[in-house]
Amino acid sequence: MRARLEYVLRFGDSALVLAQRLCALVAHAPVMEEDVALANVSLDLFGQARLWLAYAGELEGAARDEDTLAFHRDAGAFRNVLLVERPNGDFAETTARGYFYDLWASLAFAELVRSKDERIAAVAEKSRKENAYHLRRSEDWVVRLGDGTEESHARMQRAVNELWRYTGELFLADDVDTAMASGGIGFAPAALREPWLERVKTTFGAAALELPVDPWMQRGGKQGVHTEALGYLLAEMQILPRTIAGAVW
Amino acid sequence: MVTVGGRNSVESIRVWLDDVRDPEIPVVSITDLGILRDVRHASDGVLEVILTPTYSGCPATETIREDVERALREHGIENGRVVMQLSPAWTTAWINERGRERLRAFGIAPPEDAARCPRCGSVSARELAHFGSTPCKALYRCNQCDEPFDYFKRF
Ligand SMILES: [Zn+2]
Repeated sequence: MRARLEYVLRFGDSALVLAQRLCALVAHAPVMEEDVALANVSLDLFGQARLWLAYAGELEGAARDEDTLAFHRDAGAFRNVLLVERPNGDFAETTARGYFYDLWASLAFAELVRSKDERIAAVAEKSRKENAYHLRRSEDWVVRLGDGTEESHARMQRAVNELWRYTGELFLADDVDTAMASGGIGFAPAALREPWLERVKTTFGAAALELPVDPWMQRGGKQGVHTEALGYLLAEMQILPRTIAGAVW
Repeated sequence: MVTVGGRNSVESIRVWLDDVRDPEIPVVSITDLGILRDVRHASDGVLEVILTPTYSGCPATETIREDVERALREHGIENGRVVMQLSPAWTTAWINERGRERLRAFGIAPPEDAARCPRCGSVSARELAHFGSTPCKALYRCNQCDEPFDYFKRF
């Protein structure tokens, strides 16, 4: 059960942290339309995080609900991939981060809908439909910016170069992944790498972007070893319920 | 209160649950949208109302759940149970004909193969923004009458 809890937290925390990142952009997007889109994507991700974390709470069996898990854990207890905790940066970085995540998530959910764990399959089924729209949007922006003006191209290239080292972790298996995959509950992360890379190549081709060559890949998010960026994010997200005991919406 | 064999008949409960509206698009009911999946007496005898969320982060979902719970209490069912069912995932294909008609009359193009302008009926329209004022809607502009309109996007 411990492995399954860890596994579910990875999906829940990744959705939660990315949702929090995106909601910080509300009223800061370059155009109104994007403001609404970012808010909508963020909302979907908060919803997905809630479904995952509610299940995590049940698996844990320690009477912690999704709110408690979201607001009363420290960074070391978070299991999100490092990619999603990267700061928003400029719009190119926000876009690249979203695209890398959305594409990975679309492949991951396509696997998880076949999970032997019905609850995981159901959350994946729900998330998958929403994620398809997120991917459509983020991919569209990668192409528009990459194949746009000289400046947007330069920024998009810099953003994908910058974030590339956080994509390796998505395809790295540890004991939890292996146990879940062999039990028919999860999937082998490495199996997603080829389809992910193929689509990135196609998109980058259309966007006139170079595939980054960065042999060094960061890792550790799934095991709770995070960058300091997560600490700042959590401080802001958790301050209210942590300052005022028992505060609820 | 209509009762059958001392219990509320499932059919009568369905009828009054049809008064529960989507708080964001109050012209359509939870039956119209296909959010109300089932009404049944569970094996423990408790009345269960099965709902499914449209989008997982849709803020209307909580309000709808509360409205259903209130409706149950107002009709004398104190121990009703609202169950959120994720699978099969909600799809706009579950929106019924009456719901589509109501959306149209309200000025929202219902989900179809193509977004049809609710004002002039033209199917020639372009997407202005895929994400609209609520998660379920996209913003379109009619090429015929040039008016912008909300399209309940296929999902
Ligand atoms: Zn028109």
